[in-house]
Amino acid sequence: MTAAAVGSLEVQIDHVEQTVRSVLARLAILADAASIDTDRDLYDAGMTSHASVKFMLALEDAFDVEFPDELLKRETFGSIGVIAAAIGKLLGPR
Amino acid sequence: MDMDAAEQDFSRALVDEGWWLASGIAGLYGWTHAFESLVQSVDRLANAFAAQDGAQPVHFPPVLNREVLVRSGYMQSFPDLCGSVHSFRGSDAEHQALMAAMEAGEDWGPHLAQTAVALTPAVCYPLYPTLAGTLGRDEVVFSLSSYVFRHEPSQDPARLQAFRMRENVCLGSADAVRSWRQAWMDRAQGLLAALGLSVSLAVANDPFFGRGGRMLRANQRQDEGKFEIVCPICSTAHPTAIASFNYHQDKFGVAFGIRQRNGEVAHSACIGFGLERCALAILRTHGLDRARWPAIVRRQLEA
Repeated sequence: MTAAAVGSLEVQIDHVEQTVRSVLARLAILADAASIDTDRDLYDAGMTSHASVKFMLALEDAFDVEFPDELLKRETFGSIGVIAAAIGKLLGPR
Repeated sequence: MDMDAAEQDFSRALVDEGWWLASGIAGLYGWTHAFESLVQSVDRLANAFAAQDGAQPVHFPPVLNREVLVRSGYMQSFPDLCGSVHSFRGSDAEHQALMAAMEAGEDWGPHLAQTAVALTPAVCYPLYPTLAGTLGRDEVVFSLSSYVFRHEPSQDPARLQAFRMRENVCLGSADAVRSWRQAWMDRAQGLLAALGLSVSLAVANDPFFGRGGRMLRANQRQDEGKFEIVCPICSTAHPTAIASFNYHQDKFGVAFGIRQRNGEVAHSACIGFGLERCALAILRTHGLDRARWPAIVRRQLEA
């Protein structure tokens, strides 16, 4: 991968991360959605199972993607960083 | 024989040989005295253990405050299984419109309005709102039974829309309710095996609705939130759950404001015997002619 390609991928992940945070904030699942650490475990931070389902469906809307069945599990939604990476893969190179 | 044929044959035999009364609706039956006696015997055996726990018996009708379905998250998880009670509350003119719709064979549901009650989806649901506040002891145990409703019409005689469960519910600390559930898994297997049933214990999940439900199902299995005792009824390849053992974590404690004596949110677990399913497992295993059942099984059910 060229340096330019790596750079553009980073920009994309950054953008994805911001959108993930804004969805989390809009659903009011956690109080500190804007500032929560990218690697912080969202379940430990107080996200319930039912909240994670709402979050998943809202993310699909926001990014116009559908999580494949094998990603519909707790680990996929464990942190902002993990979610952004999964969505980045679903979006593919842009 | 394939599973559908096995289910239909068994349903027909239950009616023909005097155990069940057909309603004309899939998954809805009446019981003859013979079947009801068997159900009551199973309930008595299942409930005998409850006394060892010091379980407090409580009783609820098979309808509950519909708000319980909202607060418990039932409608998020199982909207397709719910039964909401509706009634007519209109004027004379609206009554005429209702009657006209019925006579014309039209859908008359839109002429009705929702009431404050819904059909009880699980025996323990009406209990939780009554426990709002602080538990009286470190660990409290209740025993209760009622009809429950699940909207899942099926030809499988073991998948009824209206059936009874005998449940025991424990609330307290996470450790206490988990070890209580474990003790019940052990003794329930013993109880059912002693009736000559081929039972096994397996991790299970509830039928959470939709794509979100797929995630909840995976979570529940990963957490070992639900175990079932299964026994062949219409299929040996796909045995039927006849008892279940559920650890809810603090879900109901949070939803209904139930606290432990130390001030922490109460955790809860419930264990339930599907009474009709246990009876069916007995009939399937030992046959529809009670006189031919092993003496040891008859003795237990008659004691």
